[in-house]
Amino acid sequence: MEEDIKITCLHDRHVDLGAQMSPFAGYDMPIQYKGIADEHNAVRNEVGVFDVSHMGEVRVKGAEAEKFVNHIFVNDVTGAPDGQIFYGMMCYENGGVVDDLLVYKVNDSEFFLVINASNIDKDVAWIMRNAEGFDVEITDESLYYGEVAVQGPKAEETVCTVLGIPVEDIKFYTFKTFDLDGEKVVVSRTGYTGEDGFEIYGSHDFTRRVWDKLMDSGVQPCGLGCRDTLRFEVGLPLYGDELTDDISPIEASLSMFVKLDKPEFIGKEALARQKAEGVTRRIVGLELEGNAIPRHGYPVEVDGTQVGEITTGYRSISTGKSVAMAMINKPYDKLGTEVEVRIRRKTFPAKVVKKRFYDKNYKK
Amino acid sequence: MANVLDDRRYAESHEWVKIDGDIATIGISDYAQHALGDIVYVDMPEVGDEMSAGDVFGAVESVKAASDLICPVSGEVVEINEELEDAPEKVNADAFNTWIIKVRISDASEYDALLDAAAYTELCENE
Repeated sequence: MEEDIKITCLHDRHVDLGAQMSPFAGYDMPIQYKGIADEHNAVRNEVGVFDVSHMGEVRVKGAEAEKFVNHIFVNDVTGAPDGQIFYGMMCYENGGVVDDLLVYKVNDSEFFLVINASNIDKDVAWIMRNAEGFDVEITDESLYYGEVAVQGPKAEETVCTVLGIPVEDIKFYTFKTFDLDGEKVVVSRTGYTGEDGFEIYGSHDFTRRVWDKLMDSGVQPCGLGCRDTLRFEVGLPLYGDELTDDISPIEASLSMFVKLDKPEFIGKEALARQKAEGVTRRIVGLELEGNAIPRHGYPVEVDGTQVGEITTGYRSISTGKSVAMAMINKPYDKLGTEVEVRIRRKTFPAKVVKKRFYDKNYKK
Repeated sequence: MANVLDDRRYAESHEWVKIDGDIATIGISDYAQHALGDIVYVDMPEVGDEMSAGDVFGAVESVKAASDLICPVSGEVVEINEELEDAPEKVNADAFNTWIIKVRISDASEYDALLDAAAYTELCENE
């Protein structure tokens, strides 16, 4: 183990549960407890809980908070109601992605940004640098917050009864702040699994109490292994796979989150040009014939020439099919196009499909 | 600690090899199946493929990752375990009785150079 590896406030719980631990984004994180497939199915069919305390949290406060968030964020938060949440990206001038994130609107002068653990230092530096000239105050609160995600069709019932937090009224992609155990706790109806669920942000002590209550009531602990298989099946991107500083949101087929009608934001010019002129490549879904499993980085070929590569691939736990997301050059990105995926010594036939391999089951 | 049998030899890459005449039967160790977790796919070569010791002959794949299979001996692949195409989980259930390929060996000394049970046990304990 690296000497400077970090741990979350629930690390001792994971070790006691016998989790298989592995470094992820600088943290020693649980990959699985019981098995990836069992944990995956618990979330699809019942409920599971994830330790996502490694995620970063940044607060933006000040008279120009809304204007500043709109400057660094491709989605549009203008005039949104308090308690609304937005998904989107921060982009560089060239349209490459700094990170994808959730933006929580507390009120007109306060926003709460949830960013990827692997990007915290880079993001905070980027946000600070671009805040120059804006009347805002930026605080990195990543070390204060613990976070758990309770996900699955029974998530609402679990949060209400086991944790005693009344979340029935929280709508999809909104949040509420609760006064619990003498502190402010943020609970949102969000997640990264394609199922209904909640993400709960509080102090380390609060997060430990929440985790222990969920364990005592028999909720399945879920590791990062099934977090990836779950998000993948419903076509959600992972920074580092489908989004990078070299892949724009347009190329990632996520242009619905890019609001080009906003007056300005970093990367607007490049993204508007991509949208108008078209991109040369795009993230699509692939379905393979047979059982071979496509993995990140495997080449996609047409007539022996490489036309793209796999960004994420699995044997889908929910459907049993070998499927992948892949970055494919045009014109091979069209639905139904026949391609081949090179897996070690052989190539396997595959077809371009929609990059949603399992239907989302959100409660809106 | 995972099970190790003393009726066969082992490669440092965790394949086991059992010899019967000039036929080497090859699988992966109990330690390896345990480390991989639930195996969902076994990629195998074709009968007739020629292997040199150290060649990648296939892969065992868990949900999360693919792990190369390395041929510990040289020779021609004479049989593959077709049962694994539909039931890869057999490797998890009984790694030492679930072979993956059989190879007609061309150099018996390669087998003798592999780890015996004691040496392999020590290797696993140090991982």
